[in-house]
Amino acid sequence: MNTAAQLFFDAASLGGIYAMAALGIALIFGVMNLVNFAHGQYIAFCVFALIVPSTDAVAVMFLGRAPAFLLIPLLLAVGAAAAVASEYAVFRHLRKATPVAMMISSFALGFVIQNALLATYGGRPKAISLWPELNTPVTVMGASVPLLQLIVILATLTVVAGLALLLKKTRIGLEMRAAAENFTMARLLGVRANVVITGAFALSGALAAAVALIMATQTGVADVRMGGQIMLVAFIATVIGGLGSLPGAVAAGFLIGAVSVLLQAYLPLDARPFRDAFLYTLVIVSLLVRPQGLFVPSSAKPRV
Amino acid sequence: MPGKHMQNRLLAHSTPLILALILLAFVAGVALTGDRALARMAAETLVRVTLVVGLWIFVGNSGVISFGHAGYMAIGAYCSAWLTLKPQAKALFLPDLPVWLANAEWHVFPAAIASGFLAAFVALISGAAILRLSGIAASIATFAFLAIVYTVYSNWEGVTGATSSVVGLTRYVGPWVALAWAVAAIVAANLYANSASGLALRATREDEVAARASGIDQYRHRLLSLVISGFFTGVAGALFGHSLGVLNPDSFYLGITFIALAMLVVGGIGSLSGAVTGVLVLSLLIEALVRLEQGITIGEAALALPSGAQEILIGIVMILVLILRPAGLTGGAEFRLRARTPRLSFDQEQTTTN
Repeated sequence: MNTAAQLFFDAASLGGIYAMAALGIALIFGVMNLVNFAHGQYIAFCVFALIVPSTDAVAVMFLGRAPAFLLIPLLLAVGAAAAVASEYAVFRHLRKATPVAMMISSFALGFVIQNALLATYGGRPKAISLWPELNTPVTVMGASVPLLQLIVILATLTVVAGLALLLKKTRIGLEMRAAAENFTMARLLGVRANVVITGAFALSGALAAAVALIMATQTGVADVRMGGQIMLVAFIATVIGGLGSLPGAVAAGFLIGAVSVLLQAYLPLDARPFRDAFLYTLVIVSLLVRPQGLFVPSSAKPRV
Repeated sequence: MPGKHMQNRLLAHSTPLILALILLAFVAGVALTGDRALARMAAETLVRVTLVVGLWIFVGNSGVISFGHAGYMAIGAYCSAWLTLKPQAKALFLPDLPVWLANAEWHVFPAAIASGFLAAFVALISGAAILRLSGIAASIATFAFLAIVYTVYSNWEGVTGATSSVVGLTRYVGPWVALAWAVAAIVAANLYANSASGLALRATREDEVAARASGIDQYRHRLLSLVISGFFTGVAGALFGHSLGVLNPDSFYLGITFIALAMLVVGGIGSLSGAVTGVLVLSLLIEALVRLEQGITIGEAALALPSGAQEILIGIVMILVLILRPAGLTGGAEFRLRARTPRLSFDQEQTTTN
């Protein structure tokens, strides 16, 4: 019972992080068919926005010094601004390009952001302490769970519910859903393309900032490479969930979190370092079984 | 007219000739200066030509972006290290190798061929799974493949040395060896692209539905091109290892994936000439930027770019090319002799027709 509860909380909190990152990618893919490889670098950018730019080994808090009620909206705004700025600088000029060209340019943009971070902050990972008290364990259902895990699970549920409300109940949400369904048709019917796309990027950037806050608190490290790993998992989640499907992205995020926690717990010790290899093999297998993903959005069917 | 068509098909084979002459001129020019740093740069550039042409055989013809080729490269590089390193060195650094491999002491050339075949075999297995997916899903799956290879090679302590580097590879890859392999890759790429399978695959790239309606089995042609592509990528990996002398799993991850794709995109993904042009242009740019990072003196003033500027500028160049010239510098055209007026020129026809 104890271990089961422990595993459940581990899986749910890891899955929550993956789900949020995957949502950020799925939102943009839905609206403009862009596979945004720069998303992981938005996350890294937000983590580094917490500390003062310098190549010294010791990190000095910058935004991170603000109290939580100020820091959270501030960082979400930073993430949104970064994403919107990248849309203005790069993707706006590629509206008519093929999805492949957009994918490669986002890969290039991610590379630029990563190397810019590397040049400003240096390559060594830095220790940062953001809300260390959140890592103290509390006892829930016989399992000892860090407070942060509970917060992550709650935050994910709030974000997903909030996003669902936004998409279902507001005008911009309706426009986004229309744009995700059929962008050209939506424009003909008076959907404001620029507003929708800017909105999607802002939301996606804010989600990246939320992931950044969680990762910074959980790991206590700022590392230039931290965006890459989570981005890869998030991509895989969006593909397994069905490209462009938001519920699919969330479900697949939780699924991948659960599978990787289970692999970590039950793989033989010798094989544990290879956990990710097993995980990605399962991913390819799952794609073979359901090539369109778990949830197929109606926009994904090819038109002839 | 059948006569003109035949002539056109024959002239398509002038492309590798022209590209080989350009590369030969490049190597000969570098060799004449006698500068050792330049010779190393030329060798690295030609290894990249082999890599990017290998990548093009799959990506250029199928239109599916692959992020997994750095994985095939790693497989080739480590295979060549297993076969050519001295048995004493292997007993020390790679104790878990099977006995026959631990005692193997091959000549470098058959080892390079074997590396290519191993990478091609892995391409066959991985491609059989991944290529059943469509476009973007397949690209993401190749990314998963890259992550699998990277995870395995950076944790398999006794066989790959994990994250500590494998050292002591014979550094036999100079400009001329690399030139020979680059030309071999170009000739093979051109032969494949103009073969029945290559033309069918390019038809699927242009219009999947129409190609399928014409009875083209997309999966089979994609798989064949991936296997050929895997062979040359594996060889490029072996050459890469033997030009540096050191292997580390980190050399075969996102950095090289990015550079190879950047070269392909900047040159023009649609044509073989584009792949080669991209490598030459970006390699020269990288070399210039690296020298600028080290600092140059113009008169009294010492100029130096901040470190990291090289990668940032390459990324920006790539984005600019994608925005301003989406089909790359060559615009998807091949360098080739033209019918009627036999002179060197850009072919203005669309690649889809040649």
